[in-house]
Amino acid sequence: MHVNLRVWRQAGPKADGGFEEYSVDDVSPDMSFLELFDVLNEQLLADGVEPVAFDHDCREGICGSCSMMINGQAHGPEKGTATCQLHMRKFEDGANITVEPWRARSFPIVKDLAVNRSALDRIIESGGFITVPTGSASEANLTLIPKDVADWAMDAAACIGCGACVAACPNGAAQLFTAAKVSHLNILPQGQPERYERVVAMVDTMEEYFGSCTLHRECEAACPKEISIDFIAMMNRDYVKAQFKNRRLSAQR
Amino acid sequence: MTNYTTASEPLDGKVPPGPIEHKWDDHKFATKLVNPANKRKFEIIVVGTGLAGASAAATLGELGYKVKAFCFQDSPRRAHSIAAQGGINAAKNYQSDGDSIFRLFYDTVKGGDYRAREANVYRLAQVSVDIIDQCTAQGVPFAREYGGLLDNRSFGGAQVSRTFYARGQTGQQLLLGSYQALERQINLGTVEMYPRTEMLDLVVKDGVAVGIVVRDLITGEVSSHSAHAVVLATGGYSNAFFLSTNAKGCNVTAAWRAHRKGAYFANPCYTQIHPTCIPASDDFQSKLTLMSESLRNDGRIWVPKDPGDTRSPDLIPEADRDYYLERRYPAFGNLVPRDVASRASKREVDDGRGVGPLKNGVYLDFAEAIGRLGRHVIEERYDNLFQMYERITGEDPYRVPMRIYPAVHYTMGGLWVDYDLMTNVPGLYALGEANFSDHGANRLGASALMQGLADGYFVLPATISGYLAPQLGQQPVPTSDPAFVAAEAEVSERTKRLLAVRGTKSPDHFHRELGKIVWDNCGMARSQDSLTKALGEIPALRDEFYRDVKVLGSDMDFNQSLERAGRVADFLEFSELMCLDALHREESCGGHFRVEHQTEDGEALRDDDDFAYAGAWEFTGVGEDPVLHKEPLVFENVKLAQRSYK
Repeated sequence: MHVNLRVWRQAGPKADGGFEEYSVDDVSPDMSFLELFDVLNEQLLADGVEPVAFDHDCREGICGSCSMMINGQAHGPEKGTATCQLHMRKFEDGANITVEPWRARSFPIVKDLAVNRSALDRIIESGGFITVPTGSASEANLTLIPKDVADWAMDAAACIGCGACVAACPNGAAQLFTAAKVSHLNILPQGQPERYERVVAMVDTMEEYFGSCTLHRECEAACPKEISIDFIAMMNRDYVKAQFKNRRLSAQR
Repeated sequence: MTNYTTASEPLDGKVPPGPIEHKWDDHKFATKLVNPANKRKFEIIVVGTGLAGASAAATLGELGYKVKAFCFQDSPRRAHSIAAQGGINAAKNYQSDGDSIFRLFYDTVKGGDYRAREANVYRLAQVSVDIIDQCTAQGVPFAREYGGLLDNRSFGGAQVSRTFYARGQTGQQLLLGSYQALERQINLGTVEMYPRTEMLDLVVKDGVAVGIVVRDLITGEVSSHSAHAVVLATGGYSNAFFLSTNAKGCNVTAAWRAHRKGAYFANPCYTQIHPTCIPASDDFQSKLTLMSESLRNDGRIWVPKDPGDTRSPDLIPEADRDYYLERRYPAFGNLVPRDVASRASKREVDDGRGVGPLKNGVYLDFAEAIGRLGRHVIEERYDNLFQMYERITGEDPYRVPMRIYPAVHYTMGGLWVDYDLMTNVPGLYALGEANFSDHGANRLGASALMQGLADGYFVLPATISGYLAPQLGQQPVPTSDPAFVAAEAEVSERTKRLLAVRGTKSPDHFHRELGKIVWDNCGMARSQDSLTKALGEIPALRDEFYRDVKVLGSDMDFNQSLERAGRVADFLEFSELMCLDALHREESCGGHFRVEHQTEDGEALRDDDDFAYAGAWEFTGVGEDPVLHKEPLVFENVKLAQRSYK
């Protein structure tokens, strides 16, 4: 196969960026999209051009490092698939492919296709945990959790924190990411004591960094783990309830 | 480097006295404590934020120590522990099927082919139960029974069901648990987090670890951090082989730099090769993907009898197929342990019977199981794996047999540590896959997650106070000390040297070449000839690397080729030690198979009289003969036996 690439190049956060055009020959259909970039980078290095910077690590769809906007779609055309698991057989021979970094004001560009997603860590820091210092836990089977509740929490917990939801959103909102984490913990019995403090802290922190949600559902379509926007509804409900909740009585809920 | 000298004094693992079941409790009581108000006076550096590093940093922060945590990824949540699929073992005995702490201990020592330190393994089994309690309380969504109790599955090397799991993403969920605990401490200010920061040297003053030198991967700035103790939780070295199931960023640099500064590296030849990975599809392949071992429960492994048979697998009649595992191991069939299954596939492929366009795999066929159980049963059991396979290969495993081949997956060797997890350099600790301690020559499935969390949550936080307490009132060595200045200068010089070569070949080129050398000669089967060959080729490749590597750009910038070049440079030094260790160990055990040492049936043949020791190597210079320190392994609670799976 042969492909023509238009790739966003930007030397640093403050530098001006622009598209560069490259063509790559002898592309194997079995190659992953990131392997295409490996080949491109070897080619650029040979030509004395600095390789394209891009984030990647596990290359099996779980670490959430990879972050490419491919032909305007976060992680490219295949549904439920991160960039690293996208293969060249999904493209036509001779395809023109435009590759950009995640586009969101809250993800400043580090270089080329690599962006700074630390705002997502700030949201977790603010409340995305259950307070349980090491060694203080009780016997695990003392807390019974119905299977469907555990499964539901797991559906939310599957988020890989890649930020595709933010990149896909016209508003640059991080509702799906935040809702996935809020819901994972708020669904479980262990998460109840901090339920309302958690949702308020996380939503407020999210609002500091990200745009607002107007329910476009682009996030759900882009999510490589196909996380449902039902969790956004659940987060919003908990957030509203938290505004009225008399915290001192919440133990009697 | 084909020679070495042996130290006359044996190495002391400092295992506490007393019966094995009391050692840990007695030792904790005997260890000095630091009172809560004094803990904040101690600074601790933790490098790596996988299961071991994140859990250690979080727990030390909770205790009140002043912690700095470092990772090269853009977020601590991305460490490669996240990719672990199967599960985590614990001796809870919830299934009431005869499990116990002693049985988990016994299975782990036996599975490690009797090359692990008994006391460490026993402690691992003891704290395994606390790990499950801790993680459950954190909100890890482990699989549940309909009644709401925790579910278990069974795994290789055990006859009980003791594995806890969260779908096929157990590593992810456990890592998120410890990452969240870490983020809580970051928010509270007890832990200062440095993402996208790579450790490039250990600083040692008067024989004691006093800090590290790091490079900010975005600005390129080299700086120093000092502390009362340094903890390395930087993972394994599978990527020495270039193609492995590890993430692209996994590297040996932190451990190797510590080794160069005096820390002994133990048993580097113990590498685990996982039998069921998707084979490489072309020369551009950048990594290999694991398919869960559980597939061997229903899949049948075969190759065509005739190496020249190019028919599509469904057109090859039964009579022309060789189900070689079922033929050679009738009792265990397709479920022989990882090392045995891996070597058997290698034999078929080496003899030219490999399948697929590159003839580099064997078939794992589900047709018989689908016929017997129905497609829906197979879907229920493995659908996520089948989908992953189809996404990668473009082939539908419900119709066409999967193609699989072994790949490097985990490394049991690592920095030598004593019972307290401290290396021989005072003040330097190693946790998780980065140390050598618990898995001997072979790791059982679902035990890596257990060890990482045991070390980080429960062992290190309990032992480190013994080292810190006597230092009360002492400040860390300032980073203006000549020891730091010299180490920083070395790091900058090394970085500039890589940029100055301006050769013609990329860092990846050299990494691939190195990978081929070690895979062919120090992979699934090793011999005196192959290892001697590798020991000749590696230094030559290293010389070529420093003559001809091409790295563009600057050191004061986000420069991924430069990062990679530095890691490849360290793999080029490390691999030589790995091959020397394999050459010196004149026996076969676990993941280390020397063709000269096998039974008549082709199984690993141990030599307990001469090799029942951990081999810890002391660095003397690049390409120089290292010094071997032997820690004798004493087995007081487990009887040594020969494994057989016929």
